[in-house]
Amino acid sequence: MKGKITRADGAGGLKSHKLINDLFRKYFSNRYLDRLDDSALIGNIDGRLVFTTDSHVVKPIFFPGGDIGKLAVTGTINDLCVMGAKPLFLSCGFILEEGLDLDILEEVVRSISREAEKNGVKIATGDTKVVGSGEADKLYINTSGIGIIYDGWDPDVNRIEPGDQILISGPVGDHEASILVSREEFEISAEIKSDCDSIKPIIEELYKNSIDIKFMRDPTRGGLATLLNEVVLNKEYGIKIYEEKVPIRDEVRGLCEPLGFDPLYMACEGRVVIFVSKKDAHKTLQVLRDSDSTSQPAIIGEVTDSNCGMVIMKTIVGTERILDMMSGVMLPRIC
Amino acid sequence: MNYIDEFRDIKKVKYFAERIKEVNPDKNINLMEVCGGHTITILKYGIQELLPGNINLISGPGCPVCVTAVDFIDMAIELSHRRDVIVATFGDLIRVPGTNSSLELERAKGANIKICYSPAEALKYATKNPEKEVVFLGIGFETTAPSVAVTILNAYSNKVRNFSVLSSHKVMPPAMKFLLDSGEVNIDGFICPGHVSAITGPRIYEFIAKDYGVPCVVSGFEPMDLIETIYMLVLQIREGRAKVENQYKRTVRREGNSKAQEVMSEVFEPVSVRWRGIAEIPESGLKIRKKYSDFDAVEKFDLKFKRGMENPSCICGEILKGVKTPLECRLFKKVCSPENPVGACMVSSEGACAIYYKYGAR
Repeated sequence: MKGKITRADGAGGLKSHKLINDLFRKYFSNRYLDRLDDSALIGNIDGRLVFTTDSHVVKPIFFPGGDIGKLAVTGTINDLCVMGAKPLFLSCGFILEEGLDLDILEEVVRSISREAEKNGVKIATGDTKVVGSGEADKLYINTSGIGIIYDGWDPDVNRIEPGDQILISGPVGDHEASILVSREEFEISAEIKSDCDSIKPIIEELYKNSIDIKFMRDPTRGGLATLLNEVVLNKEYGIKIYEEKVPIRDEVRGLCEPLGFDPLYMACEGRVVIFVSKKDAHKTLQVLRDSDSTSQPAIIGEVTDSNCGMVIMKTIVGTERILDMMSGVMLPRIC
Repeated sequence: MNYIDEFRDIKKVKYFAERIKEVNPDKNINLMEVCGGHTITILKYGIQELLPGNINLISGPGCPVCVTAVDFIDMAIELSHRRDVIVATFGDLIRVPGTNSSLELERAKGANIKICYSPAEALKYATKNPEKEVVFLGIGFETTAPSVAVTILNAYSNKVRNFSVLSSHKVMPPAMKFLLDSGEVNIDGFICPGHVSAITGPRIYEFIAKDYGVPCVVSGFEPMDLIETIYMLVLQIREGRAKVENQYKRTVRREGNSKAQEVMSEVFEPVSVRWRGIAEIPESGLKIRKKYSDFDAVEKFDLKFKRGMENPSCICGEILKGVKTPLECRLFKKVCSPENPVGACMVSSEGACAIYYKYGAR
C-alpha cells in the first residue's frame, strides 16, 4: 500500500473504514473479526481459560529474525503457552504515528497474519489509534490473548520443590543482541538473529510426551537471571545454576564482552525455562532436542534447599556468586 | 571461543592460584585494581576467594562516571535548560546525582537531554539538527578521549558550528601518584588498566615503579588475566622488584596506539581537574586547546563552574581512594541502591558500589 498514515485514519470516519477494510480485514479475515462488532462474539469455550496482554514498543521495528508484528503475536502466544495453555484468540491494538508509511504498516500486518495462521490462532478483534507526528515512534502494538490449559496439565510455581531440575530450550541473549546490532548507534556488524518465535510447537511436544512440567516461564525482559530471581523471591528454597551449562552463542558472547553486557540478563523471545522433577529431566531434554534439532537445550541447574530466596551461580572458574535480579537498564561500558 | 575461552580456562586459573600460594610472602599485601572493569571480573568470578587471606584486592578510582565532579553535573543540568541547547551524554551519566538533581530527573521534567553511545553519534545528531546547539558531555580516561578528539577534528574540518564538548576527561597516572602521595592507603602493587594502556602503552606507569618502588602489571579483563597478573605482582613483591610488566600483551603494545596519542595531544592539553570525592589533582584533566575553542562548551557559553555539594553521608570519595570498601558505607544497600543511587559509585556499571551490589558481595 502506498501513502502515509494521517490523523483521519484514526478518526473513525471513511478513511478509518477504508484502512480497516483494505488492510486489517484483508490480512486478518475470519468469522469472528469479519462481523466488525464492538466486541468479538466468541461463544462457549470449554476448559480452563487463561487471558493475557502485552504491549510492544521495540525499536527498530524490523530486526534480524523478526519484526514488531511477529514479536507481538509470538510474545502473547508464548505467555499463554507457558501457562500450559493452547492459544486460541488474539486481539490486536495499533497506535500509529502520523506520517507512518502505509507499506511499512502493511508489512507488519502481513507478518502478524502469517504468525497467527502458523500457530492456529485467530485475530478476533482490534483497534487503531493515530497520534501526532513525534508523539510516538512509528507504531506500537498491544496484543491480548485467550487460551485453554491442556487437559491434565498443571504448571504452577507452587509445585516447585528442592531437587527439581531447571532446563532452558535454547541459547540466551539472541533477541536483545540482535536488537543492539540493528540499532545504528552501535555501528556493529555481527550476524546475530533474534530467537523471536512461537514456543507452541515445543509445548505441544512436551504435552504429547506426557512430561509433568512443574513450572514454565519465558525469559523476556531482564532475561534468565531475573526470571530465576522472580521464582525464588520469598521462597523456602534457592536455585543453583552452572555458568558453563547455560547455552550462549559465540556471536552473542563476542558482542557482549567488549560492550560489558551480560547475556544472562538479556531478553529472549523464543525460549522457555522449564522446571521438572529430577526423574523427568533427561526425558524433557530429549523431547526438547527432538522438537527442534537446531536449538541447544540444556539442563542448567537445580532447586536447592539451601540459600533460600537466592540464585547462586557456580562460575566457570569454580567459585560461587549470587546472581541477582537486574537493576535499572543495561548500558554499554564507557571505558 | 578463541580469545575468550582460553582466558577462562579453569585449569590455568587453578595453576596460577597454586603458584600464588607458592610465592606468597609472609606479610599483608594490598593490590589496587585501578580500573572498574577489573573490579567487575574480580567480583563476578570471586577471584578474592581463590587468593590467600593476606592478599587484599582494593578498588581504585578507575570508573569515569564515578569520578565526574558534582559541579560538572550541575553545569550540564544548567545547559540542558537552555532552549537552544541539546545535551548529549553517555547513558550512565544521566543518573549521577548533582547538587540538587540529576540529568535523568531533569529530562523527566522536560530538559533537552539525549542519550548517545558515541561522540560521533552526537556530532551526527548536531548536523541533523542545525537549529540547535548539541553539547556532548565528554567524560572518560585515555580510552575515550581519542574518540572525542577525532570527533572534534571532524567537526573542525567540516565546519560544524552547532557542536561542542563539555570536557571532563581525565588521565590516570596523576591520580595514581596522588593516591601514593596521600599516604591514606597502603598500596603494594597496581593492577594497571588494560584499556587505558592499550592507548598509552605501559611506560606511563614507569615513574611509579622507579620513584615509589611499587610494582605495576598491565592486566586484561578475563579471570585468567587477573589471576596471572596477581601472580606476577606477588612474585615481584616476593623478590623485592618493582617493574612495569605487561600481562595483556595480546592487546597492549609497548608503544601503545600512537595514532590515538597524536589526536589526543592535538586536541587536548593537560589541566588541573577535580575528581569527585577525592580532590583537585594537578595535570590530571584534559582541556580542549585554544585552536579548537569553538568546540569547547566552556568557552562557547562562557561557563563558570560553581563548587557543587555532595551528599555528606556518602563515602564514595573514600571508596574511590581505596580507603574504604562499599560494605563499610552505612548507606550501602539500605538507602543507596542502583534504583536510588546516593553516590556516583552506585550509578555506573563500573562503579565499585554497583559492582558489589550486583555481584552480591557479602
